[in-house]
Amino acid sequence: MLPKLFFAYFAVVIVGTSILVITRKNPIHSVLWMLVLFVHIAALYLFLNAEFLAAIQIIIYAGAILVLFLFVIMLLNLKREEMEKRFQKQWPLGVFAGMVFIVFLVLILSQIVVFPQLGPYSIQAIQSEGNLMTVGKVLYTEYLLPFEITSVILLVAIIGAVVLAKRKVN
Amino acid sequence: MLKYTLIPLLPLIAFVINILFGRNYIKDKAHWIAVPAVLGSFVLSVSVFMDVYAGNVINLNLYTWIVSGNFNVPIGFLIDQLTATMLIVVTSISSLIFIYSIGYMHGDKGYHRFFAYLSLFVFSMLILVMANNFLLLYFGWEAVGLCSYFLIGFWFEKKSAADAGKKAFIVNRFGDFGFGLGVILVFLTFGSLEYVEVFANTGSVLGQTMNILGYEVDTITVICLLLFCGAVGKSAQVPLHVWLPDAMEGPTPVSALIHAATMVTAGVFMVARCSPLFNLSPDAMTVVAVVGGITAIFAASIGLVQNDIKRIIAYSTVSQLGYMFLALGMGAYTTAIFHLYTHAYFKALLFLGSGSVIHALHNEMNIQKMGGLKKYMPVTYWTFLIASLSISGIPGLAGFFSKDEILWRAYTGGDLGKFLWVLAIVSAFMTAFYSFRLIYLTFHGKFRGTHEQEHHLHESPPVMTIPLIFLALGAVGAGWVGIPPLLMDHGDKIGEFLAPVLGHPKGEGTHSEELFVMGLSVLIGLAGIFTAFIMYLKKTDLPYKVGSAFQPVYKLLYNKYWVDELYYKTIVKPALIASDKIFLGFFDGRLIEGVVNGIPNLIGSLGQRLRKIQTGVLSHYGIIMALGALVIIGVMIFIK
Amino acid sequence: MVPLSWYIVLSAVVFSIGVIGFLTRRNLIIAFISIELMLNSVNISLVAFSHYLQSIKGQIMVFLVIAVAAAEAVVGLAILIALFRNKPTVNVDEINLLKG
Repeated sequence: MLPKLFFAYFAVVIVGTSILVITRKNPIHSVLWMLVLFVHIAALYLFLNAEFLAAIQIIIYAGAILVLFLFVIMLLNLKREEMEKRFQKQWPLGVFAGMVFIVFLVLILSQIVVFPQLGPYSIQAIQSEGNLMTVGKVLYTEYLLPFEITSVILLVAIIGAVVLAKRKVN
Repeated sequence: MLKYTLIPLLPLIAFVINILFGRNYIKDKAHWIAVPAVLGSFVLSVSVFMDVYAGNVINLNLYTWIVSGNFNVPIGFLIDQLTATMLIVVTSISSLIFIYSIGYMHGDKGYHRFFAYLSLFVFSMLILVMANNFLLLYFGWEAVGLCSYFLIGFWFEKKSAADAGKKAFIVNRFGDFGFGLGVILVFLTFGSLEYVEVFANTGSVLGQTMNILGYEVDTITVICLLLFCGAVGKSAQVPLHVWLPDAMEGPTPVSALIHAATMVTAGVFMVARCSPLFNLSPDAMTVVAVVGGITAIFAASIGLVQNDIKRIIAYSTVSQLGYMFLALGMGAYTTAIFHLYTHAYFKALLFLGSGSVIHALHNEMNIQKMGGLKKYMPVTYWTFLIASLSISGIPGLAGFFSKDEILWRAYTGGDLGKFLWVLAIVSAFMTAFYSFRLIYLTFHGKFRGTHEQEHHLHESPPVMTIPLIFLALGAVGAGWVGIPPLLMDHGDKIGEFLAPVLGHPKGEGTHSEELFVMGLSVLIGLAGIFTAFIMYLKKTDLPYKVGSAFQPVYKLLYNKYWVDELYYKTIVKPALIASDKIFLGFFDGRLIEGVVNGIPNLIGSLGQRLRKIQTGVLSHYGIIMALGALVIIGVMIFIK
Repeated sequence: MVPLSWYIVLSAVVFSIGVIGFLTRRNLIIAFISIELMLNSVNISLVAFSHYLQSIKGQIMVFLVIAVAAAEAVVGLAILIALFRNKPTVNVDEINLLKG
């Protein structure tokens, strides 16, 4: 019962802050609500025995990405009238599409079959050597290649960002 | 085997080298490649001739050209007595003309091109005579036509030359269309295109008929007539003779080589080659003989009044080709080939001699503006005279033996033969007359050209006169291999040599009849020469009087029976109108342009409408994408 | 014990909110944030599956998604800055340089 109550709390906060994020007039407010959202998601990860992910959710998302967003918003220094009209003309269509999405996804998810077989990483197995070590072992053995590719993607992103954002000097 | 392959291959190699490297590297040294190549072919041909003379007939398949179902065509050579004779004629004349061209074409800016085309022509002609199947024959046939087009239009900057090239090509198309159909029909009938198989199976096809427009027609007759169609075009017989006189726009060596000595005789060669087929169709033979007889007198009569030196000789060629077909039609294939062989020498000599005259007079071709050249150009004069005597049938010279034999074969060929014999005798008179009219107007009397021209008159260089002398030897001696049995036992060597391929001519007659025919033909020839002598040397006002007395006849002949005009009115003009109005106006203008422009217009207008979808606004794309995803998910959920 | 489907439904709802945000807001920065929202909702479901299937692969996937999301945000914001330099607006309906 207690876990369900906790989940209910987090779920309500997550959905609520999500709605707030997409409806705030000022993007800075949106980003701040996003921060609250990310913290709650990180807490949800803890429920699911993913301590490492919870940590990097806070560090990378909240610490790096959101700060980057704030930084860009301040850099652009938007005027107030820029934000007067929040929604586009076709917003009902967007809302309709989102609603249909919810209906469809729920319809699909209700058809999910219960697991045919379970993997070796039970809660006890993870706890015995620690979440970080478990993830690390798999990441650096079985998923070494995707991991390295990720580093290349990040490198490309760095270079791309520098090239794109650099002021042209004549 | 290499020997046989090299005969056509050497000129081909010369062609490839000259056409690729001639413009930039070889230039005026092109003859150093072409002449040795054709001389090499000549030497090899002589050696091949010796082999064949020793009884060594060869049918050799070198390479499988086309295999498609039961359609199987090899590239192969059939070297028999007929081919060997043709090889000697083609390569010997070509060699002499190549050497002559060194002098004649000297300094022309297309020098290398000229030798390249000549080499290609020799290659094609050799393929034509050496082929062992109809398709390779057809290849050679078309290739010589192509070379003829190149060479007639050699000076293509001149509009008349370019037009003459086109005319030759298009007129030949009419004949070649029939020839192509004939080859197809041969394959349909016999299931093979190889001479050996076709000629071996003629018996099984005998009497077979086919239905054409409701009429049952003998298949072999149809085949023969279709093949003969090609011969009519290529050998310039009536009614497709119109291209040959115009072909004189080409350089004179070309006229000599292609339009006198070799290519135009391809038709004669082809009919002789197909003699096993023609023998089975008396109707086709009659057509061949009649066309030949009519052409002989028709062209000779036009030749009487022409003034262009090369055109006179061209009509003479047409007329002589008519003689050959007359002989073919009488079944005297060996006689036709014999005449082909002697004619090649004296006609090439006539052309090269006229070339020498034209060269000396700086491209003056009107014989009314010549005269008295005898003392300036002795070698040309004497060789020209020999050739003219030969063509007029003076005893002892080459033309006498072959022409006399044709007349004799015509005389013994029944009622039709008698009629054609009369035509031939009349044309023989005309031939002698116009040949000596040409001689008297050109070489005798006083010079009638400008002072400028008279000042520059000169004999041609040795490189041109030496081939003339060699050809003159041929014009004298070429006939000695075919002396009729009446005058000498076993004199008809060429007839005996060709007999295994072409058979013996039919027709019987007494010795006295033969002597009569021979004597008459000599008399006729002398009469022609004498008449010309009277009219053009003694009473020089006589031609004018005769011309005005028979004004309509003169006009008719001078305008070549208005055949060109008739073709222009009935074929060329309707074709032009049709192509302009129907093809250009409707098909090109409306249909093709409509489709060609319509499709891009349609796509363009469609694009104009479609581009409105592309707003450039991110969220529009987002919505479309989301809706697409919804559709996919919906399909996955609701349609299992 | 919380059933798996609760997590999945939560994930679906957050994802749809992200979609709505992306489709309706004019501000390009909010649109980016919406994309981050969608990525996070997917992460939730991945981690949930990982937990309930007792497989660690879901967590690895989330790790990779976070890296890609970071890269995407960086490049996207750089593009935004470059765009803003040419035309001082962040409203998506005013940016239509690719209009046909």
